[in-house]
This record gives sequence, C-alpha cells and structure tokens, in this order.
Amino acid sequence: MWTTDTTVVKDTLQAAAGKQDTGWILHHVLDAHELELPFIGSVSLPQIHLFGLDLSITKHVIFMWIAAAILIFTFIKVTKSYKKSLVPHGITNFVEVLILFVRDEIVKPTIGHGHEKFLPYLLTVFFFILTCNFLGLIPYGSTATGNIAVTATLATISFCVIQIGGMMKNGVFGYFKGLLPHGLPFWLIPIMFVVEILGLFTKPFALAIRLFANMTAGHIVILALLGLIFILKTAMVIPVSIAFALFIYLLEILVALIQAYIFTMLSSLFIGMAYHQEH
Amino acid sequence: MISANLLTLAFFSGGESAQSGPLDVNYGLILWTAVTFIFLLVILAKAAWKPILKSLNERENFIKESLNKADQARLDAEKLIADNKTSLLKAEDEAQKIIEQSREHAEKLKSQILVESKNQAKKMIDDASLEIQRKNAEAFSKLKEQVAGIAVDAAEKILRENLDKEKQIKLVGKYMDDISKN
Repeated sequence: MWTTDTTVVKDTLQAAAGKQDTGWILHHVLDAHELELPFIGSVSLPQIHLFGLDLSITKHVIFMWIAAAILIFTFIKVTKSYKKSLVPHGITNFVEVLILFVRDEIVKPTIGHGHEKFLPYLLTVFFFILTCNFLGLIPYGSTATGNIAVTATLATISFCVIQIGGMMKNGVFGYFKGLLPHGLPFWLIPIMFVVEILGLFTKPFALAIRLFANMTAGHIVILALLGLIFILKTAMVIPVSIAFALFIYLLEILVALIQAYIFTMLSSLFIGMAYHQEH
Repeated sequence: MISANLLTLAFFSGGESAQSGPLDVNYGLILWTAVTFIFLLVILAKAAWKPILKSLNERENFIKESLNKADQARLDAEKLIADNKTSLLKAEDEAQKIIEQSREHAEKLKSQILVESKNQAKKMIDDASLEIQRKNAEAFSKLKEQVAGIAVDAAEKILRENLDKEKQIKLVGKYMDDISKN
C-alpha cells in the first residue's frame, strides 16, 4: 500500500482543491485495472469480458499470481533440498519451522486423527494468505487478501472442504444427523436443524469478513494518518503522522501473521468439528 | 463450487450502491481467485507437500529410531557391565576357593608326611636298638664261651704244672692279664 508518494500527494491535492472526498484512500486499497511499478509508473492491465463476466486481469489477480509463483518456486526448492539431505539448510530451515507450526500446532490438535488428508489444503491456505498479506506490505504492493471477493472465495473453498470432509467421514445423511445435538426434544429438531444449517454458513462468512476487514483496516489507517498532514495543512503534524503510520505498519506485520494463522486455525477447527462429530 | 460461490456472493453484494467501494464484489476476481488457488493447491500438493511431509516424517521416524537404538545400546552396555562384574566376582571367589583347597591339601599332606616319617624313624630306632641288643647278647655269649675255654685251658695248665700257692697266684694273675690283654 506504500504506493508512490507522488500519487498520494496528487490525489490529496485534488481532494483538497475541491471535492473533499475520501476516494484517494480507497483508491490505494481497492482493486485496479492498472499496475503501479517503480520508475515506470502506471501500466494498464488487459480487460477481458467473457460470457457477461468481467474477467479482467486486475492488480489483485497479478499479486495473487506473484504470491503463487513465489510459493511454487520456494517450495520446489525446499523439496529439492529435502531430496538432497534430511538436514535442513538455509530457506528450508525457515520454511520448515512454519510447516511444522501449521502441522503440529494448528492441524494436529484441532483435527486429530486423520489430519493428514487436510494438511495439503491447510498448508496451502496458510502460506497463500501469508504471502498475499506480506505482498501488501511492500512498496508498490497490493493486498489481494484485502479484497472481499478474494477472501470470500477462500472462505467458500474452506466451506467446501469442511462439508466434503464431514460428509466423506460420516456419510451425507450421517453428517446432517450429526449436526443436531443428542437428546434433543423432537419438536425442537426442525428449529435446531435450521439453526445448525445457518451456522454452517456463518462460519465461512466470518472467516471472509475477518480476513478482509483486518487487511483493509490497517492500510486505511496508515493512509488516513498520512492524509492528516494534507488535511491539517501544517508540517507540524508530519513527525506524529510518520511515527503513528510506522507503528501501524509494524502492527500490520503482526496482523499479517496473525490473520494467516487465524484463517488456517479456524478452518482446521471447523474441519475437525465436521470430521469428528461425536462430541 | 460455482453455486457455492454464488451463495456466498448473495451475502457480500448487499451494500452495492457507489460505483466502487471496498465491499463491492468483482465476479471475475472470484473466478480468478478460485482458479489461482486451486491451481496452487494442486501444484503444491503434488510437487511440494507430499515429498516435504514425507521427508519430515521420515526424519522424525529416523530420530525416534536412533533414540530408541541408543537407549537400547545403553541398556545392553549396562547389562554387559553388570554381567562382567558378577562373573569377575565369581571368578575371584573360585580362585579363593581353589587356593583354600590347595592350602588345606598341602597342610594335610605335610602332617601326613610328618607322621609317617616320625613313625619310620621310630621304627628304625627300634630296629637298631633291637639289633644292638641282639649283637650284645651274641657278643656276651661268645665272651662267655671264650672265658669258659680260657678258664678250662688255664685250669688244665695249672693242673699240669703242680704249682704252689704263690705260683698259682702269679699264674692266675698272668692269665688274667692275658685275658684283659685279649
């Protein structure tokens, strides 16, 4: 989100000159049809419209692809290093800590027996969200996970994995039967069934909103703090703005880690709940 | 999958009024996200997670096995040491016993030999004294015979030579001297 300072100034001056709207903040948070590059400036991205859908390659799509490329490159390198020797070296050491963290601290305790089947999905989700979050923190970067369409899709995929995992273990009928608590009075069953079905959808909904809100809020706060300089029209506020923006930036590093952890953790927890229904 | 996406969309596209806001949903982006993520998931699952997790498991098993082996080796060594100690003690005991036995045996042998030699010596002394006595007796009987012979001879000479008392005494004395000279 630390996009070109000149753009910020230009937008801010425009805003100050007349309209007084807050579009310049959202401009840096929202998806766009152009890519901002260092030294080159704005580069327009192709717009594709197919079957009545806007299938344009937007800025967030590009950053998701960058994240995917980084992950594929890194993990293939790590795989090769494991083939050479079981003793980790260099980047393998760092990545191994994260893999073991996801496996031993998130997936194993929440799913328990049979967690191996879900490990590839949860590891991918963790590293993908983590990389996307951090790509938003580098200059000229953009946070794909700060877009609700992206987080909603990730949450939907989590939803599918949760339901399919539960149904494969307990059978389709057994899974829906297991949603209801034991020893329920029969007249409560229809009500509780509706409540539980709604609960299935609220879980991924919360996942999507949490990730989106956390990744967007930090950027908006940083831009607002910097915008304070131009709104108050005094240089006195610059140290305060910079200090607070830096603080929020550091906080965002923490948030980037925590949100990747929480998304994976909660997905894993829900999978565990659907997979082992006996409690 | 697509129907689930549309279902989720129903939640998120509610507040759509301005031309672009943070809560606006770009349908194309949903498709791109799904495609990118599933592509990434498939590639990583095949190319990375499977071999990496396998290697990690392998390494963990290797470490566990090595630890177990080390533990086993330590136990074995301890057992070996204990065995050695007991066998050493046993051997020492045995050696002590053998020494004791041989000492006893030697003692016995010594006393036996002593007794035997004493007996033999005594027997030899006895034999010797018996022999001496016998020789003495023999010598005495020979002496008696000789004395008797001499006495008879002397008496013969006395009877032959008519002798007076003085001469008789002289003669007896002379013969006595002879005897003692013999």
